[in-house]
Amino acid sequence: MNKLVIDKDRCKGCGLCIEVCPKKILHFDNSIVNLLGYHPVAADDGCIACGFCSTICPDIVFSVYKDVKEGETVGKAVDEGQ
Amino acid sequence: MKVVFERPRSLQLTRTHYCPGCGHGIVHRLVAEIIDEFNIQEKTIGIAPVGCSVLAYNYFDIDMQQAAHGRAPAVATGIKRVLPDRVVFAYQGDGDLASIGTAEIIHAAGRSENITVIFINNAIYGMTGGQMAPTTLVGQKTETTPYGRDPKMAGYPIKICEILSVMDGPAFIARVAISDVKNILKAKSMIKKAFQMQIENRGFSLVEILSPCPTNWGMTPGDAMRWINDEMTKVFPPGIYKESWEVLA
Amino acid sequence: MEKLLMKGNEALAEAAIRAGCQCFFGYPITPQSELPAYLAREMPKRGRVFLQAESEIAAINMVYGAAGAGARVMTSSSGPGISLKQEGISYLCGAELPCLIVNIVRGGPGLGDIQPAQSDYFQATRGGGHGDYRTIVFAPSSVQELVDLVYDAFDLADIYRNPVMILGDGILGQMMEPVVFREKPRRQLPPKTWATTGKKGRGQNIITSLYLDPVKLEQHNWKLDKKYREIMARECRWEVINGDDAEYFVVAYGICARIAFSAIEMARSAGVKAGLIRPVTLWPYPQKAFDDVMNRAKAFLTVELSLGQMIDDVKLSVNGRAPVYFYGRPGGMVPTAEDIFNEILKMKGASV
Ligand SMILES: Cc1ncc(C[n+]2csc(CCOP(=O)(O)OP(=O)(O)O)c2C)c(N)n1
Ligand code: SF4
Ligand code: SF4
Ligand code: SF4
Ligand SMILES: [Mg+2]
Repeated sequence: MNKLVIDKDRCKGCGLCIEVCPKKILHFDNSIVNLLGYHPVAADDGCIACGFCSTICPDIVFSVYKDVKEGETVGKAVDEGQ
Repeated sequence: MKVVFERPRSLQLTRTHYCPGCGHGIVHRLVAEIIDEFNIQEKTIGIAPVGCSVLAYNYFDIDMQQAAHGRAPAVATGIKRVLPDRVVFAYQGDGDLASIGTAEIIHAAGRSENITVIFINNAIYGMTGGQMAPTTLVGQKTETTPYGRDPKMAGYPIKICEILSVMDGPAFIARVAISDVKNILKAKSMIKKAFQMQIENRGFSLVEILSPCPTNWGMTPGDAMRWINDEMTKVFPPGIYKESWEVLA
Repeated sequence: MEKLLMKGNEALAEAAIRAGCQCFFGYPITPQSELPAYLAREMPKRGRVFLQAESEIAAINMVYGAAGAGARVMTSSSGPGISLKQEGISYLCGAELPCLIVNIVRGGPGLGDIQPAQSDYFQATRGGGHGDYRTIVFAPSSVQELVDLVYDAFDLADIYRNPVMILGDGILGQMMEPVVFREKPRRQLPPKTWATTGKKGRGQNIITSLYLDPVKLEQHNWKLDKKYREIMARECRWEVINGDDAEYFVVAYGICARIAFSAIEMARSAGVKAGLIRPVTLWPYPQKAFDDVMNRAKAFLTVELSLGQMIDDVKLSVNGRAPVYFYGRPGGMVPTAEDIFNEILKMKGASV
C-alpha cells in the first residue's frame, strides 16, 4: 500500500492539491480546525503516490511514499523533476 | 517503500508566513530540492530580497543575507567575488528586480557574474499590499491602477528575460510558470539547469518564474493558477531565452 | 624604515592593501579618482578584488555582501556618491558589518564643485541614512596620518562590527607628502564566526537588519547603543597644541587644522596665547579635549570649510562654559592662515 502522510497543522486550505489529485481522493476535513485556523486536507483510500499533491502544495503538507515492486519506477511526475 | 516526496533537507521545518496558495512556498521548495540534489547545502549562500520573501532566511536552512530593496544582485556579487567556490543565489520579486533594482540586475548579467537569480514575477507588489509592479499586465487592476493599468499613464510591462537575452553576459535565461504540476516540474528542471551553470562556472543564470499572488490578485488559489496560464503567459511567454555552455575564462 | 613620497589618495590605497583589504568596490567620482585607479592596478596583482560597480548604490551593497561573507572590504567616493550610499550604510550598521568607507569631500550641495570642503560633517557624524546608528569617523590632516588611520579603521571596524568612515578632502587627497608604511602590531581581532560562508560544520548564519517584532528591534537597538557607548568611551582621538597655557583655542580638523596651526603660530608671535584643538575622531567626538583646557580657556573659534557643522559639537562640548565663535569658507574656498589669524584677534577682542 502506498503511504500518504499529511502534516495537518501546516495546511493553509488553499485547495490546490484537491484540484490536481488525479484520483480525487483529497478533500477538506471540515470537522477540525488546525493550528493555523484552517480546515486541513484529508485523504480517502486509493492514493497512487503520483506526487501531484506534494508538487503543487506550497506548504510541504504531504510526504508521499510508493510501494514499489522489484524493478518498478515511481510516478512520471517525480522522474521528470529529478 | 520508495520516497516520492519528503521535505527537502535545505528547508527548515518552520511554517511560512505566506498566504494560502502563494507561489513563494512552491519555489522555495524547488530551490531547496535542487540544493539537496547537488549536495551543496553547506556551500550555498542565498540572498533574501525586500518583498514578501524577505524572511526566506527563516525557511531555507542555509547561510543567507538579507539585502536592501533591489540590491540582491550587488550583494550576491560581493559574496561571490569573496567566495568564488561557493554557490550564491539571489531570490527576488518583480518590484525588487524589475523596478528599483533594474540597474543591479542588468549589470550583474552584463558582468556575467557567476551567480543564479530566482526571479518571482507575480505581476504585483505583494508585500506592500498590491500596488502596480513593473510587470503588471495592461488592464490589470491593482491598488495603484484601480481602473486597470493604462499604458498611456503607466506604460507597459517590463520583460526581463527578453531584455537580458540580447546581452552577451548571461549564460542562461529562462522563463517558467508554476501554474500546474507539469509546469512546476518544468520550472524545477530550469532552476536546476541555472544552478548547474553556476556550479560549472559558466556565468550568470536567471530563471523568471510566473508565480501566483492570490491575495492581491483577488482570486482563489486555483483561479490564480489558471490566470497565469490564460493571461500571464500571453505577455510573458515561457521558454529558454538564452543558453550558452561556454565556461567563463 | 623607507620613506615614500606619495599623493594622499594613492597612499590611502597602498595602506588599505597593506592593511589586508581584500576587495574594493566603487564608482568613479572626483576628487578621489587616484584611489580606485591605484587599486585597479595593484589589487589584481596581489590576488585581490577590484570591481568598478554600476553605481555607488551597487558598490555599497557589494561591500555589504563581501563584508557579510567575512572579507576586509572598502569603498570610496565623494559627497554625491556618499549620499547614494546612505541606505547601504544604514543596512551595514543595522546588520553590524565591518567595512571602510572613504569620503574625499567636495563642495556641495547638489553637484557643487570638486574643490575641498568639509560640508559633509553632518552626513558623516549624524548618519545620513535612516534609523538610530553611528559610524566611527576619522579626520586625518596629513598623508602620514591618513595612512596610519587606514590600518586602525579596518581594525576598529572588525572589533566593533561597524562601518568606519575616513573623511578627507581634495587637498589631502592630492597632496604629496613623505609617508612611512609602518608594520604596526595588529590588534587582536575577533574571529568572524558570524560570516555567511556556507554552513559547513556549524548552524545557519544570517546577516540581516530586519527585526519585525518591535520588542526584538528595541533589544537590538539597545545592543547597538551599548556598543556605541563603548566606542565613545574608548576610541576618542584628538590632538591639542599649546594646551598647557593657551587661552584662545581654534578648533579645526583635517586640512583646516593645518592652516589653523600656522595661524596660531602667528597669533603667538603677536602675543596671543593661542592653541589648537584638532579632533581626529569626529564621531565619537572628543569632548574631553575641551574639558581638559576649560579652566584656562577664554574662547573657542571653530574653523571649517562649511557654513558651520562641527560647531554644533564644539558647542555641545563647551556646554556654555565659554563663548564659541565661527569662521567658515563654504563651497570649496579655503581660508589662509592670515584669515584665521585675524579671526583669532577678533575672538580675543570680543572676549575680553
Ligand atoms: C527603498 C525601499 N522602498 C520601498 C520599500 C517598500 N517595499 C517593500 S516590499 C516592496 C515591493 C515588493 O514587491 P516585489 O518585489 O514584487 O515582491 P513581492 O512582495 O511581490 O514578492 C516595496 C516597494 C522598501 N522596503 N525599501
Ligand atoms: S499522491 Fe497523487 S493520488 Fe495520492 S493524494 Fe497525492 S495527488 Fe492524490
Ligand atoms: S495544497 Fe497544501 S496547503 Fe493547500 S490545501 Fe492542499 S495540503 Fe493544504
Ligand atoms: S501577498 Fe501575494 S506574494 Fe505575498 S505572501 Fe501573499 S500571496 Fe504571496
Ligand atoms: Mg511581486
